[in-house]
Amino acid sequence: MAITPMVESAPEPGPARKGGRKPYAKPSRPPGERALIASPGTWFVWAGIAAFFIFLFGIISSVVVDSFGKPWFDTWLPETFTLDWYTGAWERFNLSQIVLVTLGASFTVVVLSILIGVPAAYVLARRDFPFKKLVTVLFLLPVLMPPITYGIPLATVMYNFGLGRTVLAVILVNLVPSVPFVILTMTPFIEQINPAIENAARMSGANMRRVFTRILAPLLVPGILAAAILVLVRTVGMFELTYLVSGPTSDTLVVAIYRAMTSSGGGEARQLVSSMGVLYTAMMLTILVVALRFVNPTQLVARVKESRDD
Amino acid sequence: MSATNTDPRPKASASRRHRLAERGIDTQLLMLIPALLFGLLLFVYPFTYGIGLTFQPLPRTQEQWGGGVFANYVAFFKDPFLFDSVWITMRLALPVALFNVLVSVPIAFKLRHRFRGKRLLSTLLVLPITLGTVLTAQGLLIFGGRQGWVNRFLMEAGIIDQPFPIVNNYLGVMLSLIISGFPFAFLLISSYLSGIDPAIEAAAKTLGANWKQRFRRIILPLLAPGLATTFILTFVLAFSVFPSARLVGDALGETRVMALMAYRAFGEQQDYAMASTIAIMMGVVELVVIAVVLLWRSFLYKGTTGGKG
Repeated sequence: MAITPMVESAPEPGPARKGGRKPYAKPSRPPGERALIASPGTWFVWAGIAAFFIFLFGIISSVVVDSFGKPWFDTWLPETFTLDWYTGAWERFNLSQIVLVTLGASFTVVVLSILIGVPAAYVLARRDFPFKKLVTVLFLLPVLMPPITYGIPLATVMYNFGLGRTVLAVILVNLVPSVPFVILTMTPFIEQINPAIENAARMSGANMRRVFTRILAPLLVPGILAAAILVLVRTVGMFELTYLVSGPTSDTLVVAIYRAMTSSGGGEARQLVSSMGVLYTAMMLTILVVALRFVNPTQLVARVKESRDD
Repeated sequence: MSATNTDPRPKASASRRHRLAERGIDTQLLMLIPALLFGLLLFVYPFTYGIGLTFQPLPRTQEQWGGGVFANYVAFFKDPFLFDSVWITMRLALPVALFNVLVSVPIAFKLRHRFRGKRLLSTLLVLPITLGTVLTAQGLLIFGGRQGWVNRFLMEAGIIDQPFPIVNNYLGVMLSLIISGFPFAFLLISSYLSGIDPAIEAAAKTLGANWKQRFRRIILPLLAPGLATTFILTFVLAFSVFPSARLVGDALGETRVMALMAYRAFGEQQDYAMASTIAIMMGVVELVVIAVVLLWRSFLYKGTTGGKG
């Protein structure tokens, strides 16, 4: 990237400044300091970011325009704009039920995985016990494996038990990656909490339940919120696992969109799919905007780092 | 404050409890039970069941490929239609993961300092997560299609006179994977970079190391474990790609990935044994790649660099 040219001439720092921003190979700079002028590296970085965002916004806005446009064939923009596709899609795909299933299943998954995961994370963070390594591997495997690898056997078991195509199956299947995810994010978070606080509470006679409700819970709230939001986003967006077990009455929104795009006979009208897609993005965006008020995406990792320092 | 423990505990069991507690077993471990039950019932049991299922091939598989209980595996390795999907998947997932990591490094490196609009940028980078694979696919189909804005722009600008095929091929799947995977890689690498103590680099600077030397000798070795982790995570994301390979790819040709084959066996052919076989082979292939990366990583510096890893 930025390679500073060799300096051969005598160091004359003063007069060369006239040429505006040109102190490129100035020997007066401290060794190792780079010039302020935009180097090829900087150009590369900004070009890359620009290309990425052009594609990103192109994708988003073409879907949005498509979902509002009436006839849109070979022009830059559609001729008229309408809301028909939304009302059409709402009735055609029974979207009120689909949205209800999506949100209901996702929130259930969040609550269950927090309830199961946080106590386990506490034990893993604080305690040493026989077979701890084995238990950790058990919780690590579902995160490392591709979802399909365990999804297909799991779905087969669900169908064998007669749970196929039910909302319960959707919830259970989505718990498999969520619980380990909660455990893995919460364990370092709990590790950073000073155990002296808990010990003090125990010395004062608090039992385990009171330590949890009075001491740990308030301290854990930011971590739990972050984990909950990430699980929520993952579950709403989870396609692979849900698709395997869901049926007409238990489809989540992503799966419904996919089915509409691939249904036999060339798929549904493109605009109907687009309007569902916009709906999906709006839902996700709402969740994320609410989420970003509480957590910073890079904070979850950074906070761990701070804890390691002390 | 004055809550003294007046619980009269039976003394007889105390000693046994003590002995167990010394080995690390006491009532606190009960909190682990829901998670363990969950793991055994929803992960271990189905998984072992699935492995068992792979050795119970359907009669028609056995007839076609022979091999007795191993018929599914014989079919997997001998049927070019199935086995080629391994290479197709690798040809898609490896370049995408490499691209995401290698492009993220300079960008994260440039953007690690404070500047105006940094928070806006990282917020914008989270946007693709809200799109999801299915919507990215739909957007790419419209944006990059024959009538889409990209081709329209290129044609009106006179750069091309035939619409350039962006979707329904390898390129389309690759683009959709980059759009969903790159922000993830970028955010992870940024947080790893922020974990490197700037004092180390400052020290190198005072000793006269130039920019290239600092990057080569200080940043890169410290960042390498993080790079390995990021590579693994983006690879896992790209490896199990399925919706985009079907929607923006060429599902029967150059993007016939393993996941697609597994779903086909599961959903369309109802051959659960074969589906499990493909699924488990997928896990094996992925674990091999991860093992190679981890092996490479084990030769690198292993101290703490901050960050998670």
